[in-house]
Amino acid sequence: MLDSSGHLNGAPFLKDENQGLYEPSPQFKNLAKVCEYSSKSNTAVAAAIPYFQEWREAAHQIKKYSLANLDKLLVQFESNMKARGVEVLFAQDAAEANRLVLEIARQHNVKSVVKAKSMVTEEMELNHVLEEAGIRAIETDLGEYIVQLAKQRPIHLVTPAMHFSADEVGQLFHEKLGEPYSAEHAALTAIARKRLRAEYLAADMGVSGCNFAVADSGTVVVVENEGNAGLSTSTPPVHVVLVGIEKIIPKIDYLPLFLNLLGRSGTGQKLTTYTHLIHGPAPGKKLYVIFLDNGRTKVLQDPHAWESLFCIRCGACLNACPVYRRVGGWSYGWVYPGPIGSVLTPHLVGLEKAGKLPFASSLCGACGEVCPVKIDLPHQLVHLRHRAVNEPSPMNSAFERLQWKLWAWAMCGPRRYGLAMWAVRIGVRMAKFLPWHPDKLGAWTRGRELPKVPTHSFRSWWQERSSQKGKS
Amino acid sequence: MFIPCYIDQFYPGIGEAMVRILDRLGVPVVFPAEQTCCGQPAFNSGYWEESRPVIRQFCKVFAPYRWIISPSGSCTAMCRVFFPHVDSSEEVLAVSRRVFEFSEFLVDMLGVTDTGATFPHKVTMHIGCHGRRELGVFDHPLKLLQSVRGLTYCELPNMEECCGFGGTFSVKMPGTSLAMGQSKKENIVRSGAEIVVSGDISCLMHIGGMLKRDPATRHIRIMHLAEILDSGIQPGVRS
Repeated sequence: MLDSSGHLNGAPFLKDENQGLYEPSPQFKNLAKVCEYSSKSNTAVAAAIPYFQEWREAAHQIKKYSLANLDKLLVQFESNMKARGVEVLFAQDAAEANRLVLEIARQHNVKSVVKAKSMVTEEMELNHVLEEAGIRAIETDLGEYIVQLAKQRPIHLVTPAMHFSADEVGQLFHEKLGEPYSAEHAALTAIARKRLRAEYLAADMGVSGCNFAVADSGTVVVVENEGNAGLSTSTPPVHVVLVGIEKIIPKIDYLPLFLNLLGRSGTGQKLTTYTHLIHGPAPGKKLYVIFLDNGRTKVLQDPHAWESLFCIRCGACLNACPVYRRVGGWSYGWVYPGPIGSVLTPHLVGLEKAGKLPFASSLCGACGEVCPVKIDLPHQLVHLRHRAVNEPSPMNSAFERLQWKLWAWAMCGPRRYGLAMWAVRIGVRMAKFLPWHPDKLGAWTRGRELPKVPTHSFRSWWQERSSQKGKS
Repeated sequence: MFIPCYIDQFYPGIGEAMVRILDRLGVPVVFPAEQTCCGQPAFNSGYWEESRPVIRQFCKVFAPYRWIISPSGSCTAMCRVFFPHVDSSEEVLAVSRRVFEFSEFLVDMLGVTDTGATFPHKVTMHIGCHGRRELGVFDHPLKLLQSVRGLTYCELPNMEECCGFGGTFSVKMPGTSLAMGQSKKENIVRSGAEIVVSGDISCLMHIGGMLKRDPATRHIRIMHLAEILDSGIQPGVRS
């Protein structure tokens, strides 16, 4: 999970069956309630729109078009932006993106950076990289600010500090900032505001993500609720936008649709408090846009998987997921948690590291039901499971394959089936006399009783019934 | 009629109830003895190659029949939704699209919402996720349950959340599975029901196992929808 410097190492999900990360942690006891509440409010605002399902379908189709025409749209965006004096750069991977950011920072003699919330910069571990280069980076989203102070990682895509109570934030601010303790929401926000105002004014560079990159108008769209993104992007003399290549949408006319979906599915709002449409640098200032690939074009090549790039990072699937609700975001081992993480992470960091993630689901389908761009998450998960057992990954096991081969053989003939079921019946009957249950059986009886084995099977009942009918 | 392996071996009463209900409705029902499994356990674990021969066996056995009915939302979803992922041959598709879940068949195909049952108990219902989300079977069991005489329906709080069974998930991630089951258990207690009913006995095997383990909830029983719909029928009365 987190090493001493607060960084994630790889994707160790499901590492240890008994003390592993996927065990529900008492630390997250309130997570389920908060997620449930968010999910319910999302559903309620969606239900108020009679054509919400049509919106989802439209957004799905627009995303499909965008990704199918990514090459042209990226070039269109670039030329529109360049015409207004914006520098547009492309990075193959996180290392290259970091190098570009550092170069820009050096060029402008940057000592401190204010950051608006961005998941792409988490992918790049940008804070860490800046820190090593002697540049101070401050997160300005309140949740991210709290998480950064606590030397943790965001637990959720949209609400990074949702596992903190007001009381814990009060203690954190007291310890780390020397502020008088308070658990009042207003007082805590005032502390953060006072501290952050000074940071905006002192910063040499602002870094932000981008929710939508509009091709036909050449617009960077950033949505937020706290005003921090507006200040981070406009106060310092240099603004660097980091954006995944999949964030492109073709037309500004489509933006309202996506804003409607993102607000409702993300936080149950009709619209976020602020929506920034950035077209170019302010007079005398510099604006850079860095597009990051980091494995995305690889996902694009897989016809079963490319849908996962439609994601607009609203976090609705996390809130709806019964597994996420219990294990929290860190368990997923990398930047993107929840069902979308279980799908994206194996693609972006490789099945060798994250092959277990697709199995972190009961396949209940709640994620697919709420996704505002209709990514078929449950089916993406089964597709990835298939790949995980066939390609190099921690789930690729010759022993398990042998077991399934044996099972398949038994299930291909009624007599073999009968024999296998006879063995199962004996096994379940005997189990209660055993003091200790091996492996899978032990996992079952850890918290559940086994079913009682009846004296006859349905088959034998049917046979008897047929023979009696034949007689009468 | 397709009877999933766990019903065949552990809950034969469900299949028997289903046969009696269909008999009373005048539906000629057959149980092909060569049937085995739908292949779901291997499929969900990622072993599609291993599930393919089992799926083919299923389709061979059921090819001659007009409707294939199963008292399980999960197995039906495997047949109707997931078979084509593994094998999209015409023989498989032809069988796959004819598989229906029991309550879905009664309500949509036969237009039956009242089976003439009487069951004077407090009952709550759990709807399996595969039935609900992959098949859209949600109203069907509710309609059938509401026409049962004497039955008091207790709504299950937060009923759309998964119970945590999830097939091999329950043994691959037992901790999380049990934590999800714990919430389900608490909601069942909150509903005030004496009996939990579902169209999916696989979920109930997990829920029931947990209820039985806890002395405080041991008295709450589990039943399949078919067993309730077959309860208290006056002999000779046809619905």
